[in-house]
Amino acid sequence: MSSLPAPREPLRRVAVTGGTHGNEMCGIYLIRHWLQAPGELQRASFSAMPVLANPAATAACRRYVDRDLNRTFTLTLLSSTATPSDPYEVTRAQELNRLLGPKGTDQAFDFVLDLHNTTANTGVCLISEASHSAFSLHLCHYLQLQSLGVPCRLLQYETSGKETYSVESVSKDGICLELGPQPQGVLRADLFSQMRTLVASILDFIELFNQGMAFPAFEMDIYRVLGSVDFPRTADGDLTGTVHPQLQDHDFEPLRPGEPIFKLFSGEDVLYEGNSTVYPVFINEAAYYEKHVAFLKSERIRVQVPALPGLTSSSTLAP
Amino acid sequence: MTSCVAEEPIKKIAIFGGTHGNELTGVFLVTHWLKNGAEIQRKGLEVKPFITNPRAVEKCARYIDCDLNRVFNLENLSKELSEDLPYEVRRAQEINDLFGPKNSDNSYDVVFDLHNTTSNMGCTLILEDSRNDFLIQMFHYIKTSLAPLPCYVYLIEHPSLKYSTTRSIAKYPVGIEVGPQPQGVLRADILDQMRRMIRHALDFIHHFNEGKEFPPCAIEVYKIMEKVDYPRNESGEVAAVIHPSLQDQDWKPLNPGDPVFVSLDGKIITLGGDCTVYPVFVNEAAYYEKKEAFAKTTKLTLNAKSIRSTLH
Repeated sequence: MSSLPAPREPLRRVAVTGGTHGNEMCGIYLIRHWLQAPGELQRASFSAMPVLANPAATAACRRYVDRDLNRTFTLTLLSSTATPSDPYEVTRAQELNRLLGPKGTDQAFDFVLDLHNTTANTGVCLISEASHSAFSLHLCHYLQLQSLGVPCRLLQYETSGKETYSVESVSKDGICLELGPQPQGVLRADLFSQMRTLVASILDFIELFNQGMAFPAFEMDIYRVLGSVDFPRTADGDLTGTVHPQLQDHDFEPLRPGEPIFKLFSGEDVLYEGNSTVYPVFINEAAYYEKHVAFLKSERIRVQVPALPGLTSSSTLAP
Repeated sequence: MTSCVAEEPIKKIAIFGGTHGNELTGVFLVTHWLKNGAEIQRKGLEVKPFITNPRAVEKCARYIDCDLNRVFNLENLSKELSEDLPYEVRRAQEINDLFGPKNSDNSYDVVFDLHNTTSNMGCTLILEDSRNDFLIQMFHYIKTSLAPLPCYVYLIEHPSLKYSTTRSIAKYPVGIEVGPQPQGVLRADILDQMRRMIRHALDFIHHFNEGKEFPPCAIEVYKIMEKVDYPRNESGEVAAVIHPSLQDQDWKPLNPGDPVFVSLDGKIITLGGDCTVYPVFVNEAAYYEKKEAFAKTTKLTLNAKSIRSTLH
């Protein structure tokens, strides 16, 4: 793997966002708690700022009010002239861009960690744009070494040719943390405390980096999004079946050509017809029905990650 | 022969889906049966699949203005029709016209209302009246047919906690609740279980109409005692969540002193009182706004007399 961009200055301005989707409850409750008691987000070299990203959707316990906030941080939408008829999430994205950005500028936050839940059985999953990989790969590896009792996987998506649009894209570097399975509108104590532990470890990693620690090179498997597969539907768009029991809950496990992916209401199976093994992710995520996604296909690739050099003493922060 | 209850044969049955628009198993089963209903037809029976809250289904929301499954009381059903009424009250009146009127001779004999829960309740039948021999016999038949898959019976008979369900317009109202399934998700395993429950229920009615006599039987039921809210702060926000040792433990005994909630700063709240209870609807997504973290039930046995159709 070629050399990848990594921050060369300490990450001083860090934010943790939750409630980007107003029915993904772990992040919402953590942010609400931290707004009252921010001590857990403080480290010697920085204090992460908790932000409830979509308060109107959170109040309504819905993913969004007018449009998906996590697809709204494009330069076009962020720079459009505000009008009273703007969708709520466009207005809110512009507010967050003023708070955490502006996107693509030197004034932008150094790092944004955006907290999500999924109804899919993903376990712990970090999602990053491929262009952010050096720092996020080391971060993911650090979490893997913390023996959290569960696998921690990194899912990368390419945005080459397309503009970035996620909340964390307003910052210089950022990552999305997904935890599942948890139904929308439900807060489970086990996932809540797991996410709390993960956030603490992520902030610890940033602190170690800020203090000048170097992280050695390593190899790891990551998952790269190849595309998506829709549910079987009639010509009118109605579902004719759903995810097959043999695929349901098997996120990140190999799916081979000829294995069943859907069970039709008529009782028949639909088989996977690709010509190579893929690793499905976000299998049967509630919010993706409207996006016509039954699951994402990813490939598992082995990457050689170069060392993350320690910051020089002149750039590290005194504790 | 001792006390065999002779009952009228069943003629009209409805299967409701989408009473809550984000509980997808019923939505998709009913939608499927509207196009291809062979599997729900039985000789001599009219079985009508029906989407009860189409606007909520369209939006994939529980409801538009208010919970359809709480408005079937005579007050709402007799309100003068106006555009100012909540959508679900207007819709309840339409449903009452089509399948009721409630408490009349013209109403449908049996209504099955299909629901999902985010709680780990497995296959659940909801009973509204503990003295209904016909439904106790039906539930006994369904439980026996599904075994070894467990099927629980939740009895909501209570002076203040019983609510005005959509299915209550029928002479024999049957709630079918299968979980766990997130809102807005359709799982094949849950779909298969609900489909089997309906198949056995229709088979029972078919056998009954054909003249089969069902001997006396007994079933175990869980009767609602009280609803328990989440601990909340001054502004009404949830301040503690279901404890991991209670999460997913619907129907299992919960004893005084057992952990129930854990607060966001780690304090554990235990069950008070001096009796074992059986929790249900533990951490159901839709009940946060109803201030119900779970319901306490008590276990008891209901007996039904032998039943037989009057035609034979």
